Amino acid sequence: MSGRFITWLPRLGIYVVGLVLSLFVLAPLYVITLAAFSSEEDVYAYPKELLPRDLSTETLSFFLNFAGMTDALWRSVFVALITLAISLVIGTPAGYAIARFSFRGADTVRLSVVATRAFPIVILSIPLAVIFIRWGIDDTIQGVAIAHTALALPFVVLTTASVFANVPAELEEAAQTLGCSRAGAFVRVALPLALPGLAASAIFVFIISWNEVFAASLLTLQNRTLPAEVLSLLEGAPLNFRFAGGFLLLAPSVIVILIIRRYLFTMWGRVVR
Amino acid sequence: MAHVRFEAVRKTFGKVVAVDDVDLEVEDGDFVVLLGPSGCGKTTLLRCLAGLEKVDSGRVLIGGRDATDLPPRRRRIAMVFQSYAVFPHLNVYKNIAFGLRMQKERKAVIRERVESSAKLLHIENLLDRYPSQISGGQRQRVAVARAIATKADVLLMDEPLSNLDALLRMEMRAELKALLRELGSTTIYVTHDQVEALSMGDRIAVMNAGRIVQLDSPLAVYDHPSDTFVGGFVGTPPMNFLSAEIVAADGAGPVVNLSGGSFPAGDSADSLTGRKLVLGIRAESIVVERQPSDGLIEAKVIVVEPLGSHNLLTVKSGEDMLKVSTSPRLFPEPDSSVWLRMDPNHIRWMDPETGAAVDSKVAAPQNAVAQ
Amino acid sequence: MATVAQPVTLGRRLRRWEGLPYALILPTVAYLGLFFAWPMVQAFELAFRIEGDWTLSPFRSMFNDTNFNQALTFTLLLVVVIVPLQFVLALVMALIANAKIRGRGLFLAIFILPLAISDLAAGLVWQTILTERGYLNTFLTKVGIIDQDYIWLDPTKPNNLLIAVVVAEIWRSTAFVMVIFLAGLQGIPHEYTEAAEVFGAGFFQRVRRIILPMLKPAIQVALLFRIIFAFEAFAVIIAITGRAKTTLATEAWRWQAEYFDSHIAAAYSALILVLSLVSAGLVLFLFRTPRAQMMR
Repeated sequence: MSGRFITWLPRLGIYVVGLVLSLFVLAPLYVITLAAFSSEEDVYAYPKELLPRDLSTETLSFFLNFAGMTDALWRSVFVALITLAISLVIGTPAGYAIARFSFRGADTVRLSVVATRAFPIVILSIPLAVIFIRWGIDDTIQGVAIAHTALALPFVVLTTASVFANVPAELEEAAQTLGCSRAGAFVRVALPLALPGLAASAIFVFIISWNEVFAASLLTLQNRTLPAEVLSLLEGAPLNFRFAGGFLLLAPSVIVILIIRRYLFTMWGRVVR
Repeated sequence: MAHVRFEAVRKTFGKVVAVDDVDLEVEDGDFVVLLGPSGCGKTTLLRCLAGLEKVDSGRVLIGGRDATDLPPRRRRIAMVFQSYAVFPHLNVYKNIAFGLRMQKERKAVIRERVESSAKLLHIENLLDRYPSQISGGQRQRVAVARAIATKADVLLMDEPLSNLDALLRMEMRAELKALLRELGSTTIYVTHDQVEALSMGDRIAVMNAGRIVQLDSPLAVYDHPSDTFVGGFVGTPPMNFLSAEIVAADGAGPVVNLSGGSFPAGDSADSLTGRKLVLGIRAESIVVERQPSDGLIEAKVIVVEPLGSHNLLTVKSGEDMLKVSTSPRLFPEPDSSVWLRMDPNHIRWMDPETGAAVDSKVAAPQNAVAQ
Repeated sequence: MATVAQPVTLGRRLRRWEGLPYALILPTVAYLGLFFAWPMVQAFELAFRIEGDWTLSPFRSMFNDTNFNQALTFTLLLVVVIVPLQFVLALVMALIANAKIRGRGLFLAIFILPLAISDLAAGLVWQTILTERGYLNTFLTKVGIIDQDYIWLDPTKPNNLLIAVVVAEIWRSTAFVMVIFLAGLQGIPHEYTEAAEVFGAGFFQRVRRIILPMLKPAIQVALLFRIIFAFEAFAVIIAITGRAKTTLATEAWRWQAEYFDSHIAAAYSALILVLSLVSAGLVLFLFRTPRAQMMR
């Protein structure tokens, strides 16, 4: 009898702890969603409604109709897309090279690429702001995209290297013996198999750019991205602004995680069962 | 013409010499097996032929053309990889058709070739399945079908059977041998399994440390190994090697002295009198007697392994441990004594310093190029 | 056997060319050189040079600034409080996600949700909860624990703000550490913990003596990145505390964006860099695994 008691107690304990932690993670998400979808009067009401009784899009539309918000939102999308495109085009060949070839300096390259991730965005953005003014691209989408690409590139190189490492080199060799050139083997065999992992890292780059606020707000004045715009208006902003802003900034990130969950571990080099 | 020639091919990886000035000629239609332990260079040599490795020096000729600088796709070869390398994102049909599509063959031709190759490998019912949906053995068949569908000049195989379980391996061995005989293609086959090599090849190139140490028919490699390495690597169990000395005894002719006894050398060892040598003899060439007699060596039984078709005895004679095979009905007690007769026709003499075989008058090695 | 001589075509020359990998990494190296390495150099120049003259005046201004001490202490406090708490939490989450229980997948899916949330969004979320007419007070009132709204985000009680920021950051960024731990845990063959169990080790002993030592590389990596990211804490401070509290990164931002002094901003960012590098060095040193202990 005592044997069975002992085995199910730890199991119960695990579930309880897991439940508590899950509530900790989920409750704020629920709250912000509720807040963003509350009607205008509910925003200022107290005590707040804890259950979704009277949902409305007033708060969200207030936010979006606020001067410049939708423009900022589109700017965020464009910057993220440009960042995604450039960093993938530049970074994927490098990731492939690191995965497939053992060349002199491969370790140095990999190490320095990892090291760039360790440098704070803070120390990069300030001189970039000065440089961009000199080049005349301050306060532009391109400028922000350039900074974001510098931020995302190491990530892309490392994850694409991991993705290609998971595609056996023998498959490309087999394609070569069957009549493909090196490039042909890459396009017909390696790329299709790497596509899920590449897509996942592309989406992650999008989110990195979408979230980034420090550089974005330093590099722009009139043409702000969404986080930069929200930050600049934060002081004295009314509650509904904060509710809607929080939700809109957060929703794409959470949705993306829900979708690409399975590929995350492939990117990071391990497989989740 | 699917004639293959390696000329002084050398390949190093950093400080390691993988292939050390290898010369090899393979006739059209020949089935040559590259046999050796891991690290001997056999796979590297094959990959040099495929164009997947660039040789450091030397030449590779395929069908009379110098292929040394050609990429794999221009060498008119087909290859089966150890891990099969079947494309996971294409179904079986598209896998087999891959090489033909690269050659831009007409659809009708592709369909006909794919179906006939699949039929030869008994996988014609799997054509629309994906590799993840079929077993390892079936994937192996897809890999072979894919290779033969291209009707390439030369077929390369890199340990295609080693990932199969033992029973399947044996079945596939016979099937593959029959298939390749029917196709008549020039085949170069790499394996570390000497049973596979003996059973399949027209000729075996035994490799060690980047060099070919013997190139012969399977029978010749088995019966007349060129050195102690080959004798010890080929054959189950490996060849027995004993330190021996041939001395001239008063009157009766030369005598072989082993640590466990002596026996008359006979005519075969005439030219070798007075030398210290290594005596090589296979387990099945030693006869076991229960009673002592002239010319027999005494030995103590250590282990008796009944293998069904015969018994394998491990015996100790003087300082030497030997493996001897006997009739399946003979069960000497451990620690008991038996007496061994060495069949002089099957004794192979090796030099104790170099390990190389020493020529003796009887039994010239059969180095004929078998076709 | 007569052989046909092959003309030395461009194709053949390219085939023999060993430079392909270098060509593939060139764009990345060039881009990072231009838009990363060079700005770094410029950053140091900004911090140490005004109008061509070498000077320490940006640093002097920074040290003498009224906000400097508060920024430095708050930043250090954040790092010292957040990181240990977060690591324990992440370890618990990773152990749960790795345990042999039904629903492990669901737990993992939930724990990983905040992975991509920005610190600005996290700040706004927790502000929503903690604001005096917000959801935490609503919940506590409804449940009956308090009967008067408690001002959680009270600027006059500095610890409150610290705790609020700590909670928001832990909520947001623990997923990142958990993922690293989980990958590390999955790399530990379960034979090791099973052997320990056979030899009598209880659960906590197994964690202490088998799992944690084998997680050392993962802990090292997670620690490295988390500390560096913690030194960058910026938008969450503004979202939750407004101007009441500040960090080094926030000050750097203010000096650039609001006071338009790039030199002092660069000085702040240089300080952040130094602190990050020192911490990175410490972590690498303290958590190094002697070669003999590595199973390779």
